[in-house]
Amino acid sequence: MPPDHNLDDYVDPYSPGHRHGGPLRVGLGGPVGSGKTALAAALCRTLGAEYDLAVVTNDIYTTEDADFLRRNAVLPDDRIEAVQTGCCPHTAIRDDITANLDAVELLESRHPGLELVLVESGGDNLTASFSYGLVDVQVFVVDVAGGDKVPRKGGPGVTASDLLVVNKTDLAPLVGADLGVMRRDADAVRGGKPTLLISLREDPAATEVAEWVREQVRARALQEA
Amino acid sequence: MTAALLTLADSRLPAGGHTHSGGVEQAIAAGVLTDPASLALFLRRRLTTSGAVAAGLAAAACRAVDDADVVAALSALDAEADARTPSPALRAASRQQGRGLVRVGGRAWPHPAWAALPAQPHHPLALGVAAAAGGLTPREAAAAAAYLSVSGPATAAQRLLAMDPITVAAVTARLAPEVDAVAAASTDGLPAAADPLLDLLAEVHTARKDRFFAS
Repeated sequence: MPPDHNLDDYVDPYSPGHRHGGPLRVGLGGPVGSGKTALAAALCRTLGAEYDLAVVTNDIYTTEDADFLRRNAVLPDDRIEAVQTGCCPHTAIRDDITANLDAVELLESRHPGLELVLVESGGDNLTASFSYGLVDVQVFVVDVAGGDKVPRKGGPGVTASDLLVVNKTDLAPLVGADLGVMRRDADAVRGGKPTLLISLREDPAATEVAEWVREQVRARALQEA
Repeated sequence: MTAALLTLADSRLPAGGHTHSGGVEQAIAAGVLTDPASLALFLRRRLTTSGAVAAGLAAAACRAVDDADVVAALSALDAEADARTPSPALRAASRQQGRGLVRVGGRAWPHPAWAALPAQPHHPLALGVAAAAGGLTPREAAAAAAYLSVSGPATAAQRLLAMDPITVAAVTARLAPEVDAVAAASTDGLPAAADPLLDLLAEVHTARKDRFFAS
């Protein structure tokens, strides 16, 4: 560099820098009842033996989802943190992520070898999305029972999430939903990003979603290397 | 009045304040806060007790940044904050908000004094350091603390009771002269006003499992 310049001139003062080390943080968002907690539980069961993992829950009421995960003995207590969201689950994952960062950092300090943290949002609506200050990648979960028009309605979760999961495909014939329409509408607005149509009832291991998460863990490891 | 003060007191500053109700959630559960009139009473009571304490500590922390031994000065103020906060739940809530403000304040207003704060400092201390780092005066630090002692709880009441937001804005706005008076009176000392009701509400609240707010 020129002799009259110092290093500070070349450092972006606003940049937090790349977060070195630490676990992959995966956001799980989506409307109420679409299966976020069931997906989190499935991922814990499928990936719990492979990765050092933990979960943050953001409930309307504090501990409903955390209790579900505990009851199902998916994870030990000290790997689950519940966040209070002050009646605004949406704010807590996007506009002011302080409480969630506190929870993630607490889990990271408690388990220094942590490789994967799932941050499950409180049930919200189609406009909910995670700040990338909180998570590295985000999954948006909708369900067939909400109607096959949901992907067409769009919103940041449907269009911009790193993975769109359409859950409860087993209910399609019962609610008159056309899976082909959902697939086509999702593909049309997602600019090539993946969509998985699944049924956690038929595949409680969430095989395809788990494989996508493994790819993200590998990709982050490559970035770090 | 500078833009830095407006930024510091803005509820949109992402420091975690939106997850704290300042006792409002439990006051509603206990039936002592039910409408705009009781909200105004609650906020006035909070302002003149914990608000005054926070304002005094914030002003002192702002001043401490210029102390020869900043670490010792801030550490002493942290102990003063503990002494004025008998409720363990309120201590935890204050330190949680302090940590959140350090996270955003340290990035927004870089200053050596951030490193002099204890880990997870009480919120008013972080507020005082943020004020100093942002070029504000102790009086302005006190103003931010006094204002925040009512603005966050007012919003919590609005959400929990689905109150008319325009009414809640009016309640908060009409407290302005009192907010200014508390800030002015607290700038040069360390008020030790206590309110057993707020302590009690916080302790009952923290034991609940069905709560929306962290405090």
